[in-house]
Amino acid sequence: MASIEPRPQKPVILQPGHTFASITDKISSIVLTQKTSLGWLLGFAFSFSILMVMLGTIGYLVTKGVGVFGVNVPVGWGFDIINFVWWIGIGHAGTLISAILLLLNQPWRQSINRFAEAMTLFAVACAGLFPLLHTGRPWLAYWLLPYPNTMGLWPQFKSPLIWDVFAVSTYATVSAMFWFVGLIPDLATLRDRTESPVARRIYGILAMGWRGSVAHWQRYETAYLLLAGLSTPLVLSVHTVVSFDFAIGIIPGWHATVFPPYFVAGAIYAGFAMVLLLAIPLRAAYGLRDFITTRHLENMAKVLLATGLIVVYGYFCETFYAWYSGNPYEKFMMVNRTTGPYAPLYWALIVCNALAPQVLWLKKARSHVPTLFVVSIVVSIGMWLERFIIVVTSLHRDFLPSSWGMYKPTIFDWSLFVGTIGLFLSLLFLFIRFLPMISIFEMRTILPEARVKEGDHAA
Amino acid sequence: MRPELHGLLAEFAEPREIVAAARRAREAGYREMDAYTPFPIEALAEAMGRHGRGRLPKIVLAGGILGGLGGYLLQYWTSVHVYPMNIGGKPIHSWPAFVPVTFETTVLCAAFAAVLGMMALNGLPQPYHPVFNVPQFGMASRNRFFLCIETTDPKFDRKATRDFLESLRPIGVYDVEP
Repeated sequence: MASIEPRPQKPVILQPGHTFASITDKISSIVLTQKTSLGWLLGFAFSFSILMVMLGTIGYLVTKGVGVFGVNVPVGWGFDIINFVWWIGIGHAGTLISAILLLLNQPWRQSINRFAEAMTLFAVACAGLFPLLHTGRPWLAYWLLPYPNTMGLWPQFKSPLIWDVFAVSTYATVSAMFWFVGLIPDLATLRDRTESPVARRIYGILAMGWRGSVAHWQRYETAYLLLAGLSTPLVLSVHTVVSFDFAIGIIPGWHATVFPPYFVAGAIYAGFAMVLLLAIPLRAAYGLRDFITTRHLENMAKVLLATGLIVVYGYFCETFYAWYSGNPYEKFMMVNRTTGPYAPLYWALIVCNALAPQVLWLKKARSHVPTLFVVSIVVSIGMWLERFIIVVTSLHRDFLPSSWGMYKPTIFDWSLFVGTIGLFLSLLFLFIRFLPMISIFEMRTILPEARVKEGDHAA
Repeated sequence: MRPELHGLLAEFAEPREIVAAARRAREAGYREMDAYTPFPIEALAEAMGRHGRGRLPKIVLAGGILGGLGGYLLQYWTSVHVYPMNIGGKPIHSWPAFVPVTFETTVLCAAFAAVLGMMALNGLPQPYHPVFNVPQFGMASRNRFFLCIETTDPKFDRKATRDFLESLRPIGVYDVEP
């Protein structure tokens, strides 16, 4: 057998020198004992004021109607759909980290899965707002659900839009359950560690009397594994169904079979960019570099690069179909995209999504934190532009030149979009203040002494 | 009448020790016992004679099947019987269009079965359990490992069991008030 060169020391996923106690105390102290930092207060105040912008916009929207948005014939889908797809895509990385990497037995996920799952939930909450508000009468949104009513109406199940309702609501529900189940043992830790009787009561109620019994752990792990197995196809289905909203239509540029995989890859791409955007400041602000090491950042950068390449393949396919199909409308769509009125946005998207991440081929760039941060911002912008290009360029010039038009977002389109960023950040700030942002019990299992083999006798 | 004691609780510092202790207790003939750890230890479950995955996977399977059937039948019943609509000339019962929703309801019901099934089998939420009466037990969610031999065990004897637990060299052995 050929001898294998010993590989250079891999960067670790947990800095040495930690014990069960130190991991527990370090992570739980952020919630329990550390003073609320000025940075947190300022950050929360800032996010909350942006959230107020969202609430103000919603108030105005509900009083005036959807006419306050820039949507009109021929572009009936504007910012609402763009932002919906963008937010829901971001959520996908959280599920990927918590479910798919769990099934693939990747222990490095354990220090990032908790806040990535939280990110999923909050992103889905932001995403859900857009279609609800776009209905114009959000208080009647329950009409989308199948329920017996005096009007004798039922949903039209052949429509991808109703598939979307089921996909997104299932995704939100299952993600919330997965997150909560993951939290139970850590809530018990907080219950046992806190000094405040009020906090003990609240965490105690949430922990539901968890005591770490062997039988409980066994069923717990089974349930967790099954949930991961269920979430894996679920997360793929969600963006597939979102892509059906487009692909089932006959509009040039939408009617393509590449859409489901291309959308799923784009979602994971945008999501990992967001996880990096959150992980980098969090590990610095809370001194978590021992737990979220450069190895984590590097691994995430690799996922970013890989999914980015799939997305680039999607762009290539779109262009190829336009030419190879021989369909004049498809061909015109591509010419219009690359040279029409929205061409600068298209080329910006290519720079952001296809060119910028190529720097991640270099190991130096992958381990250089500021570079990663900048690339993540660029990718997030690029993925938003991608949805803008898909939605707007296909609609604004379709089959009949007499019905062509332009789309221009109004100030309320922008304020609702920016406002949801406020909602997202506010929820995130509350989360890192009141819940452990890293899964404590899963971090304990990374320690070498946690692994006990059958037949291993104590001294 | 309440028993005067729930059991005896021994505290250990290392995962290896609790696994060895549980195995010794089982070898000594104790059956009514439970161990409490800050994270799952597979070898511990085996040492205590708990094998396999139990009933939960079957519950989840049942949830998934019910969800899938329910989702499909809902679509079939509403689209074919109660509110038939001609959409683009497609057949009234166009099953391929029913696949996405059927898939989602399958996953949704299976996930609910997994979470609620786990809680039901574990008896959670459980507002009261005697082991919490031991002040040291708070460490079970940090870095300590506990083995509790309960009074319901036929072999339980307050003195003999305490001596046995002491022989395992724990950090301490505590009486658990019921």
